[in-house]
Amino acid sequence: MAALTDLTLTETVKGLRTGEFSSMELTQAYLERIDQLEPKLHAFISLTPDKALAQAKAADKRLKSAGDKQLPPLLGLPIAVKDVLSVEGIRATSGSRILENFIPPFSATAVQRLLDAGVVILGKTNTDEFAMGSSTENSAFGTTHNPWNLERVPGGSSGGSAAAVAARLAPVALGTDTGGSVRQPASFCGVTGFKPTYGRISRYGLIAYGSSLDSVGALGRSAQDLAELFSIMAGFDKLDATSMDLPVPDMHLNADVDIKGLRVGVPEEYFIKGIQTEVEEAVRAAVSELENLGAQVRQVSLPHTEYAVPVYYIIAPAEASANLARFDGVRYGLRVESEDIIDMFKETRGSGFGSEVKRRIMLGTYALSAGYYDAYYGQAQKVRALIKRDFEQAFEQVDVIAAPVAPTTAFTIGEHSGDPLSMYLEDVFTLPANLAGIPGIAFPVGFDSDNLPIGMQLMGSHFQEETLFRAAHAYQSASDWHTKAPAVG
Amino acid sequence: MHPEFEPVIGLEIHAVLETRSKMFCDCRLVASTHEQPNVAVCPVCSGMPGTLPVVNHAAVEYALRVALALECEIATTSIFARKSYFYPDLPKGYQISQYEQPLARNGRLKIDTSQGEQTIRIRRVHLEEDTGKLTHLNEDGETYSLVDLNRSGLPLLEIVSQPDMHSAKAVRAYAFGLRSILRYLGVNSGNLEKGFFRIEPNVSIRPVGSRTLGTRTEIKNLNSFRALERGVTYEIERQTELLLQGKDVVQETVGWDEAEQATVSQRSKEDADDYRYFPEPDLPPLVIEQDWVDEIRASLPELPHAKFKRFQAEYDLNAYDAGVLVADEAVADYFEAVVAADAPPKLAANWISGELFGLMRQQDVGIEQLNLPAEDLAGLIKLVDAEHINQNTAKEVLEEMLTSGESAAAIVKARGLQQISDPEQIAHWVQGVLLGNPNQVAEYLGGKQALSGWLFGQVMQAAEGKANPRLLRAELDRQLEELSEGR
Ligand SMILES: [Zn+2]
Repeated sequence: MAALTDLTLTETVKGLRTGEFSSMELTQAYLERIDQLEPKLHAFISLTPDKALAQAKAADKRLKSAGDKQLPPLLGLPIAVKDVLSVEGIRATSGSRILENFIPPFSATAVQRLLDAGVVILGKTNTDEFAMGSSTENSAFGTTHNPWNLERVPGGSSGGSAAAVAARLAPVALGTDTGGSVRQPASFCGVTGFKPTYGRISRYGLIAYGSSLDSVGALGRSAQDLAELFSIMAGFDKLDATSMDLPVPDMHLNADVDIKGLRVGVPEEYFIKGIQTEVEEAVRAAVSELENLGAQVRQVSLPHTEYAVPVYYIIAPAEASANLARFDGVRYGLRVESEDIIDMFKETRGSGFGSEVKRRIMLGTYALSAGYYDAYYGQAQKVRALIKRDFEQAFEQVDVIAAPVAPTTAFTIGEHSGDPLSMYLEDVFTLPANLAGIPGIAFPVGFDSDNLPIGMQLMGSHFQEETLFRAAHAYQSASDWHTKAPAVG
Repeated sequence: MHPEFEPVIGLEIHAVLETRSKMFCDCRLVASTHEQPNVAVCPVCSGMPGTLPVVNHAAVEYALRVALALECEIATTSIFARKSYFYPDLPKGYQISQYEQPLARNGRLKIDTSQGEQTIRIRRVHLEEDTGKLTHLNEDGETYSLVDLNRSGLPLLEIVSQPDMHSAKAVRAYAFGLRSILRYLGVNSGNLEKGFFRIEPNVSIRPVGSRTLGTRTEIKNLNSFRALERGVTYEIERQTELLLQGKDVVQETVGWDEAEQATVSQRSKEDADDYRYFPEPDLPPLVIEQDWVDEIRASLPELPHAKFKRFQAEYDLNAYDAGVLVADEAVADYFEAVVAADAPPKLAANWISGELFGLMRQQDVGIEQLNLPAEDLAGLIKLVDAEHINQNTAKEVLEEMLTSGESAAAIVKARGLQQISDPEQIAHWVQGVLLGNPNQVAEYLGGKQALSGWLFGQVMQAAEGKANPRLLRAELDRQLEELSEGR
C-alpha cells in the first residue's frame, strides 16, 4: 500500500470511511512527515499537533460510532491553512511581526465551513507578509523552500501551502489569491490551485490585503480534490456584504467528464517576449491536449493586459494602506511603547512591518492623497473596468481562457530581492483575473530542463467555476503531470 | 451684534440613529455614559483583522425617514467611503462614512424665529459610524488614556445645512427644530448630554451687504442648547472684535469651554488631515428602491412645523403656546386628547405647559409617565372653566388625582371643595372680614390701595378657599365702595 501521505483527498476520505485507516493514523503520518521535512522546507509558521490530534481523535470517535448517517463529508481529513486566514484560538501572524502573537477569537467563514465538514488542522502555512509578495521571501518568519529545488522559491504569497501540498505535508491547503497568490505558487510547486470568482467564497476572517481583489482559494493534488473543497467553502455569507447569494454546484468529478465542444481561448497577449520558451511550449502543448480531448481552440484578444501590473500596483496598495491602518498597537498585536500616542503608532508600525509592506503602504497612501487621487486611483479604476470588459468580450466567444501562470518557472531565492519592479512583473499573467474578479485554476502541464514544474491556468467567466474544474479534471484524467512528486530530502 | 457685520452660520449635526444594533455589526446600542466600558464590543467594531462590515438595514431606513422629512432628494445609489486617519478611538484607522455620493441632498427645514418663518437649506444627509471614546487620566504624574469602544460603530446620521443662519437664535431654532423632527420620527432621543445629538456650528462674519463668505471657525463641544447659543454668540463677538481691530480670523476648530464661558482654539487648518477618502471596497453600493422610499414617505407622521401651523389655526393658540406643545410629539398628542375630551384649548395649553411641565421636570419623566389620563385632566379643566372650583383648589385636586388616581369630580365632591358662588354667602364672608378688621379698612379707605389684596386673602381664608374668586372680588369691591361713599 502507498504511504498514507501519498493519497489524494478523495482516496483519503474513502479510506477513513471504510476504516482502512483512522484519522489518528493519518494525522500522525502527516505530523511525522512534517517533522522530517519541515526543517528543509519551512512551509509552516505555526504547527498545531496537539489540536490536530485532538480533532483527529474526535473524528475517529464519530467515524466509528455506528449508525451516524450524517457524517460530515471531510470528517478526519487533515489540511493546512495559510496564515492570513483566521482559525479561532490559533495565532494568525499573516507573516508579520506586528501580529506575531495575535490569536483571533473567531474563525474565517471558509475555515469554519471546513471545520464543520470535519477537517483536522495541522498548522498555519507560511506567506509573504500580509500576502504581499510572489515568493514568501517577504515573510517575517523566513522563506519557504521549493520542494522541487530547495534553492528556489515556492512562489507566493501562498508559498507555504503550495510547498506543503507538493511535499505531501498535507493533502490540501488553503491559500488566498489577490494577484495570483494561489495560482503562481501552485505553478511553481507543481500542484493544482484555484481562485474562485470574487464574491463566491466569503472573505470574512481573511486578513485583508486588497479588499476588492482578495479571494480565498485552495491548493491540492488535483482539480477533483479541490472541487470537493470548493463546494463546501463557497456560497453566501451574511458576514461578507460582497459575497453573492447564488447556488453552488455540488461537484463530484468522476472519470467520464467530457469536454467535447468546450471553447478554449488562447490570448496572444499572454505569450510575450521574455516568457521562458519551455513555459510557452508546455502551455501550448497542454492546449493541444485539450483540443485532443474535444475542445475547440481559438485565439482571443485581451488588449488591456499590459496595464494590469500598473493598475494592480495602484489599487491593491491603496486598499492595503487603509486595511493595514488598524495595526496601530492600541488593541492587539505588537506595541512599542513610546512617549506619546503618535510616536507609539510610528514606533509600532515602524518595527512591526517589513520593507515590502511599508513600500506598498506608501504607494497606496500616495495614490489616495488629495491632488493625486484622480490621476492614480481614479484612473486605475477606469482602466480596471477596461480589463474587465476585455474578459467579458472574450467570454462571449469562449468558455475558458488558457494561459501560462507565470512567465518563468520558480526563480532562485534572492533573485529579485533587490528589484521590486522585476518581482512585480512576475505577476503579469495572474493579476488580470483578480482585477476582473473572475475565477481561475492553475495546474501542472510539464517540467523545464531544470526539472521545475510548469503551470497553466484556465480562467472562466464569473461564477463559472464548475466549467474550470471540469476542464482541468478532463486534462488531469488524460495526463499524469499532477501526480509527480518531488524527491525531497 | 455689530451693525456693520453679518454673521453667517451653517450647522453640522451628528445624530445617533437609535436602532437596536450598531451600523455594521450586531452589537447592541448602549449609551457610554450609562454602561461599563467595552461591554458592547465585537471583532467587527473593535477592528479585528479579517472582519467585514455589513450595513444595518434599520439604520438606512431611519436615515431615509429623516431625509424625507427634510424634503431631500434621495440618491438611488449611494457609496460608502473610507475616511482615513490615525487616532486611538478609531479601531480600523478609518471611519466608514459617505463622501462623494451621500444618501440624500438638497433638503430644507422651516424654522420660526422672532423674525418670522425662515427656510434653512440642507446640503447633504449621510450615514457613517461613530468612533470610540477616550478618557485621559493622570495618576501620580503618569498620564495615560483608556479606550472605550461601546460607542465605536454606532450608526450616525450627519446632517449638513447650508450657511443660511445669521444669528444665534436662528441656530438654536434650527437645531431645536431638527431635534424635534428626529424625535417625531422615533430615530433619536435628542439627548445632547449623552452625545446622541451633537451640534457643530461653523461661524463666519462678513460686512453687511457682502456676498462672499469670511473665514470660518467650527465650534465643538456644545453639550446643551444654552451652550450652543452662547458659543455661537461668543464666536460672533470674538470674530467681530478681530475684524474691527483689523486682524484676521484664523480658520480653525474651537471648543466651547463651559467653565470659562469662552471658546478655545483646538486645531488650526494647517494641521488638518488629508483623509484619503476612497470607496469602501467591503460594501457594495447602497441601492435604494423607489418602492421603499414611497413606503417610508407614506408612513411619515405629521411633522412639528406642520403641527405648529395647524395648532395655531385649529385651536386658536398663539405661536408661543403652539411651539411649546409641538416640540415634543407626546405632549402635542396629549394636548389634542385633552381638547378632544372637551377642555378649552387655551386652558389645556396653560395647564400642560404650566403644571404638567413642572411635574415632568420635577420627576424627570415624559408626559406619558405622569399617570394622568388626558380625559382626567380635561375633567379637571372643565370644573375650573365652569367655575365649580377655582384655580388654587384645582392645583390641590390635581395633586390628589396623581396620588389616588380618582377623577377631579369625585375628589371635589368627596372633599367638599366645590367652589361657592352663592352671592349671599359671599357677601356674608366679606362683611365679616370688613367688620373684624376696622383698622385695615380705615387705612384702605385712607388711600392704602394695596390692602385690598390682603382683605381678599382674609375673605378667602374665611371661605376655606372655596369662594368663587371672581364673585368674591366683585363683592369685596362693592362693599368697600359703599363704605367709601358712606364716609
Ligand atoms: Zn460590534
